[in-house]
Parts: sequence; structure tokens; C-alpha cells
Amino acid sequence: MQRMMIDRAKELLASGQVNRVLGWEQGEHSWDRTPAFFDGGNIENLKYDGFCGPNVSKYLVGEVAKDGVVLAFLKPCDSWSFNQLATEHRINTEKVYAIGVGCRGKIDVEKVRAKGIKGILDIAEDGDTLKVHTLYGDSTVERKEVLLDKCLSCKGKEHKAGAEFIGQSEETSVGDKFELVAKLEAMTPDERFAFWRSELSKCIRCNACRNVCPACSCIKCVFDNPHTGVQNKAAADDFEENLFHIIRAFHVAGRCTDCGECSRVCPQGIPLHLLNRKFIKDIDELYGEYRAGAEIGQRHPLENFDKGDCEPSIVHERGGSAQ
Amino acid sequence: MHRIGVFVCWCGSNIAATVDVKRVAEAVKSEPGVVFSTDYQYMCSENGQATIRNAIKEYKLDGIVVCSCSPRMHEATFRKTALTAGLNPYMVEIANIREQCSWIHKDMPEGTEKAIILARAAIAKVQRNAPLVAGSSPVTKRALVIGGGIAGIQTALDVAEAGYEVDIVEKSPTIGGRMAQLDKTFPTLDCAACILTPKMVDASQNEKINLITYAELESVSGFVGNFTAKIRKKARYVDEDKCTGCGVCTEKCPSRKGLNEFNMGLNTRGAVYIPFAQAIPNVAVIDKNQCLHFRTGKCGLCEKNCSAGAIKFDQTEEILERQYGAIIVATGFKPIDASAFDEYAYCQSKDVVTSLEFERLMNAAGPSKGTLVCPSDGRHPKEIVFVQCVGSRCSSDASKGKEYCSKICCMYTAKHAMLVREKYPDVKVHVFYIDVRTPGKNFDEFYRRAVEQYDVDYIKGQVGKVSVENGRLHVQGSNLIDNEQVHIDCDMVVLATAIEPDPTARSIGTMLTASMDTNDFFTEAHPKLRPVESPTAGVFLSGVCQGPKDIPETVAQASAAAAKVIGLLSKDSLTCNPCVAHSDPLLCNGCSQCENVCPYGAISYEDREVRGPEFRGVKRVAVVNEAVCQGCGACTVTCPSTAMDLKGFSNEQIMSEVDAICR
Repeated sequence: MQRMMIDRAKELLASGQVNRVLGWEQGEHSWDRTPAFFDGGNIENLKYDGFCGPNVSKYLVGEVAKDGVVLAFLKPCDSWSFNQLATEHRINTEKVYAIGVGCRGKIDVEKVRAKGIKGILDIAEDGDTLKVHTLYGDSTVERKEVLLDKCLSCKGKEHKAGAEFIGQSEETSVGDKFELVAKLEAMTPDERFAFWRSELSKCIRCNACRNVCPACSCIKCVFDNPHTGVQNKAAADDFEENLFHIIRAFHVAGRCTDCGECSRVCPQGIPLHLLNRKFIKDIDELYGEYRAGAEIGQRHPLENFDKGDCEPSIVHERGGSAQ
Repeated sequence: MHRIGVFVCWCGSNIAATVDVKRVAEAVKSEPGVVFSTDYQYMCSENGQATIRNAIKEYKLDGIVVCSCSPRMHEATFRKTALTAGLNPYMVEIANIREQCSWIHKDMPEGTEKAIILARAAIAKVQRNAPLVAGSSPVTKRALVIGGGIAGIQTALDVAEAGYEVDIVEKSPTIGGRMAQLDKTFPTLDCAACILTPKMVDASQNEKINLITYAELESVSGFVGNFTAKIRKKARYVDEDKCTGCGVCTEKCPSRKGLNEFNMGLNTRGAVYIPFAQAIPNVAVIDKNQCLHFRTGKCGLCEKNCSAGAIKFDQTEEILERQYGAIIVATGFKPIDASAFDEYAYCQSKDVVTSLEFERLMNAAGPSKGTLVCPSDGRHPKEIVFVQCVGSRCSSDASKGKEYCSKICCMYTAKHAMLVREKYPDVKVHVFYIDVRTPGKNFDEFYRRAVEQYDVDYIKGQVGKVSVENGRLHVQGSNLIDNEQVHIDCDMVVLATAIEPDPTARSIGTMLTASMDTNDFFTEAHPKLRPVESPTAGVFLSGVCQGPKDIPETVAQASAAAAKVIGLLSKDSLTCNPCVAHSDPLLCNGCSQCENVCPYGAISYEDREVRGPEFRGVKRVAVVNEAVCQGCGACTVTCPSTAMDLKGFSNEQIMSEVDAICR
């Protein structure tokens, strides 16, 4: 599949239909995959395999401002973010040639390590198993046991954008994606507060979640703007990181495509996607099922007034004010 | 640094009884920028205002804070005061230490502390105020009346009388509304049609009034003086200009299954019909669901027989777009669905009817041509039971019904009872009531006539159950005065069903952003002092859409609403609110979320050259039309990057208020 992608990219580059290519390249380790841009000179470095977890859509925001057309390889889940960014006029779709690429779920190396496998040198995919080559010999791991968390609530095998498609996809969901949210909802307010306090207080304000988030595409983030009063600075108190994530969750509410990148990149392992997913669940329950990024030009329920909208009293009926 | 003056009002004892005003005036002296502070018994009085004016001049104040009542009461007063002393009116801030402090506290130290905090917040805000200059916007000199009942007709006639154009949008094929369905009207017993139809004719003949019947409001945008309404004119399948109202089509129509809405479904009508004899416009309409031509493609008898060639099966609905300066809501009411009250056997027997159905049964143009008969078999009733408060005055935890009193039922029940006894002295009439409420001119006299002259049997108590027994009705109730169970066998039961706002009111309220109460009645701007205005500027209330009313009250309110509308339309331009949104092109992402939430359509986008530290080049940025923006702030809270801000209520001002409160 990687070969087909490179060949197709070469054709499109040669024909002049596209000028640059967005995909993944190898990072520090043999399994690291980093979003990268290519041209005719280095297109052979493009990698596509089970390690290409990162969502590349956001990289188009800056790239389309330049001249020429970008060929973007999008996994099914990336295509949702692509649409959402196009809806918000952050990507000019005329300057992008999107090709959907097949995906059977991406691998989380940390989960391989968690199986007690140390000194990993290389990991090779062989159908449903992974052959792990380590300093201490070789072992095998079932592929489906080490998928990224975000792949366990897969957005489906269908691409929501793309002019053409390469390869087959598989749906990799396991269980109900709202299960954990429902669990949090079942807690008492004090328990829930304690849960989030303990999780969010792990935050080191590295900003990885914000920087990777396709919904966080502001030219100037409020946390970088000295006039907003919430800009990055030495924490005034121990609630500040907590508030950072709460503000961020509100800013992306209704726009989050549930791509799961925030939790994937968090070096502290905070389940940040649960905040966003709670909003998604609430929106579904209050306004009917809504998936940000399903198509270009959507208006999400929080920025839409409808005669059938639920009344504010619903907050009371749901026990909102009582809590 | 600003030079700020603080003026603490006692409001007589309204504030001073709970807030130590002298301490407040003293405490704020140390706030940054405050160069003068004082207190006075009534700041809004001429002497109080003079104190402010003199202080502005003497201390060269460039910002003032008045600690007094709600800004809704006197903000305008104090802004004018500032203006006369040469200070920009938007350099005035109000700290509401009455509604938000003294009135809700009992303890003086607590109230005083809170008053100081509120004053501090206002001082922090005025520090960041900037002088603002208001623009103006023109007024479209035309009014839109939603609903063509007696309320809408009266408002339209009065507005037209003052020389302004009025459009009435009516969802049914004719104007006239509920009043047209009534037989006689209390307390004078004049015939409803005799007093209503001349007004309907006046409305149709008035050259300033444009009737848009069989049409519904589709959407409304804009603001006071400049509304744009889209009106969906449904297809009648009859050419309004050609139809002469001769009625031949209605006689020839072979379909006879459509329920006659005008007669509350008590009889049927043709698929092509004219709602009633005095309908205006006197034009037929085709009920597509009943019409054989639409259902089977055959028939077409009406078309063949229409000498005017008015039948147009290919007519389609059309959308009219019109500009208005003012909108009057006159959407009226409907009786609640009595089928929820199964204890009264409404669904089990045709002889249990609602009061509005009874009106039709008594009316000469009704299904029985004015002869009172039992709807089940057409027999003459010998005994009738009226049940009051069906669905009215229910307890708040009841699963059905309304908490409010529907207000008109006591009187129309007395009217019904009296009319029956007058016309058919052989019929026995009982009325079950909780209370009889007759506060109106000649109302109690009217009710007493029913009891004393017409010998109507009023029973204080409620009906527990109505059952059908041997083709008659068995009513079981309680007589609270004699403290005994009552059993009555009768031929008819008439339910004085509660009235509720017309079901279209809710969606119209949403379109107009006009607030409603929990019962879907429109809320007035002030329950006592602004009873015919909605809190949404340019939207006025006429008739039962605002709360239950009888005809005289409705007409009075309709004329009052018209007076307010005329006052608005007589102005050539309105002063705009300078507290409008503006967008910072350096921060704007062009994401369109503000445009989507703007209820006034004030935001658009343009590509603009931007040179900032984060971005250089051409980008899509939001632009606010200041004449259209109403300063609601929806965009500012939606904008994720704080590019949108509101003049006079900037994020910075609000945050500094919060900081001052939390200090």
C-alpha cells in the first residue's frame, strides 16, 4: 500500500496536478511516524503502515496558505477533522487533493512495552500479528491487543472526504465509546470532581494536546494572548492547569471530531478525550446525534438556533442545577 | 488614570434601611481613580442630579458610578445627567445596590459589604470605559400584525388610521379568529358576528391594510425599525383575484368528509370550501388532503363549474419578503384538548362538548342551525350540566391542565346557561363551579341574573366523573355547601375547557427572540408599566397571546399596542445602541461561528490584508454591521480566540469587574 501511495504521488507530482505531498515519515525509532511534507525529491521517504497514528489534517492549515496544491493522504478518521477545518474556512479545499488511505487500526508501542517487552529494536507487521525484534530476542504480539486507544473507538472505515481512495479499511471499535463517560456521569459530583482534579493536576502544560488538536487552530490562542488574562504564565494556583483543560474543552465543544489525538499525545496519560466526549454525548442527548466533520458546511447545534431546540429548563430536569 | 466620582443613593429607605450608604461612600474613596464620593437621599431627583452635575464640573470627573437601583430603571436618567454636564453618557456605570442587594438582604453589615463590592466592580469597569457615540438607523414605516383575530384586526385598524401601512398575516383562510366562532357575547349578549364582521369589512376595505390570509410567518431577521419577514403564502388552489365567492364550487364538490374547522368539527364540509358566510376574503380554498382531484387525479367538478375560472390546481405556495418597522403578535388562543380529561367522558360520548363546541351548537350558522340538540342523536336535551375550570387552576403537580385561571369561562358559562334557559325554559341547567369570578363592568350583575332571574342551579363543587348510562349521561359530583354527593342524569355536559396560547406562538416567539413564560404566553416588557410591549424592541403584544382576556380587554390592549406602534413608526430614525460588537482582524480566524450565532445577521466576512506578528497576508475576517448589531454579545462568547469584543461590555471590562468582586 505504501508503494501504491508513493507511485500515485509521483504521478500526480509529475503531472503538475499537485505540488507537495502530506503524509508520514520515519521518526527517531524505526516505528516512529511523524507527519511530513514531501516533494518529488524525497517522496520515497513516505511511510504508511500500522504506526501512522498521527492525524495529519491540521498540518494543511498553514500549508494551503502557500502557493500550489497539496496532496494529502488521509486515514478515515483524519477525513473528519479535514471536513471540520474546511467548514471553519481554515482549509481551502481547492488547494488540497485528498486521497483516502485504508486503515486497520494503528499500533500503540506503549501497549507493546506494557506487555513486558523491553529493548525493542524493530516491529514488523505480519497480518494480525506483530513480530517484535528486541535486544533480548524476538517475540510476537497480537495486533488487536496493542491498538491505540483512539482506534478502540474507531470512527468507522468510511472516508468522509477524498477524491480517490487507496487500500481497504477495517472498523476496529471495541464496546461502547460512551461507556467511560457514562461511568463518570454516574459518579457523585464530589467523586467526579476528585477524579478530574487528580487527572488534570498531572498536567505539565506542555501544550501538546492543544498543538495537536485539529479544533485548536486559532491564529492566536487565548492562552498565548496577554490581553485575555488566561495566557500562559507561572501557575497562579494549583487549579490553573485544571482550568486550562476545562476552557479548552468548552472552546472545542461542538467542533471536536473525537479524533482522540489529545489523549494520544499527552505525556502524562490524562484521558482528555473524555471531556470532549462528554460534550458530544450531551449534544447527542439534547439536540439529536451530531458528528462534527461528517460533511463540509455543517452547523453544529451549539451555534445553531432551531425552533425544536430544547428549552434551558432541560438543565434543571437533567439535574444540572441541583448538582 | 481616570478621575471617578461615586454617588450612593439611599432610595429613601429602599436602600438605606439595609445598606449603610455612608460607609459605602467612605469605603470607595480608597479605590483607584476615585476622587470624589458622596451619598444622597434620591439621586434620581433634580437635586440628586444637580449634585452629580456639579461634581463632574468641580472635580473634573471623567467617569461616574451611581450606586442605585437597576440600570433598567435609571441608567438612561443618569446618562442624560452626565451629558448635560459635558460627560460622555457611556462613561456612566450603575452599581445595582437595590434589586441585587438591599431588597434581597435583611442584615445591614452583610448588605453593606455586598454594596461596597458591587460599587468596586462598577469602578473597576468604568476605569476601562471609553466614550462611545451612538449612530442612528432609519425606520421602515410599515407594521406586521401576526394573527387576524379581533386583536390583530383592531391593532391593524388603529395603526392604519394613523396613516401607516399594515400587513396582517393570518394562517387560516379567513380573518375573524375565535370571535367569529362565538354566538353571543357577554355581558350585553350582542351577537359576535354582528359586531365583528363590520370590523373585518373595515380591515379589508382599508387601503392601508393588506390582508395576507392562509399564510404563515417563515422567518424574521433584523431589529426594531428594520425587520425583514419572510411570509409563506400557502397554496389555496384558488385564484384570490378571480374568485367571486359565489359558492358554486362548494356546492358541487362531491367530497364531504373534511371536518368543518369553523364548527369545531361538529359537521363536515366539502374539499373546496369557504369557512363561513362572512369570511374575508370571501374566497374558496381547496383542502388538498380531501380533494378527489389531488387524491385520484379525477373529478375537477369545481373547475368545470367555476364561471370565473378561479380554480388553479397548479397553484404553488409562494414566499413573500417584506420589510417592517414594527411587529405585533396577536396569535390568540385555542381551547385545550379535552380528551386528556377522560373523567368527563369527552371521548366516550358526543353529548359531552366543550364550550366552544357549544357556541357552535347554539349558533344560527352552526351545524344544527341554532337549534339546541344533542350531537349524538339530535334529540332535544332536557337537562344540561356545565362543568367549570376543566383544565384551569390545576395544581402544579397535576399531570394535566394549566395552573392559571382562564378568566373567561365563568362569564361565558353564565351566558350559556342564561341563553339556554331563555330559549328553552323546559331545560334544567346545572353549573358546577369552584369560584365564580366576575370582576368586570356589569359582570356580576350578569351572573346574578343567571341565578336569580333564570333559575340556573349553581353548585359549588367539582365533578368527579361523567359516565354514559342508557344513552344518557350520569354526572357524579360534590356539593360543598350542602356537603353531599350529587348525582345528576342529564342529556348534555358542557366542559368549560381552559384556553392556551395558539400552538404556533412558540415558534413565532423563537423567530422574534421574544420571551415567553412557561405556559407559552408572551412576556411583557414590564408587567405593570409596559404591558403591551415585548422585551424585544419593536415587538408588541396584542390580545390573548400575552395572557387570558375577554373581548373588551383584548380590544383595549390591541389599541394600546397600536398606540405604541404608531409612536415608533412616527419616528424617522432611531438612535442606535453604540454598545456593538467589533472584530479584531489580527485575531480573527474567519471560522464563521460568530456569523452563525448572530441572531440579527449583523456579521459578514471579507478577505482583508492583515499584517500582524502571527499572520501576514490576505485572510478571511469577520466584519460587524454596526447599524444591525444589537450588542447581545452572543458572538463574543462564541469566538474561541477573543477576536470579537463588545464595546461597553468588553471581555476586559467584565473580567476586571469579576476580579474586583473576587479581590
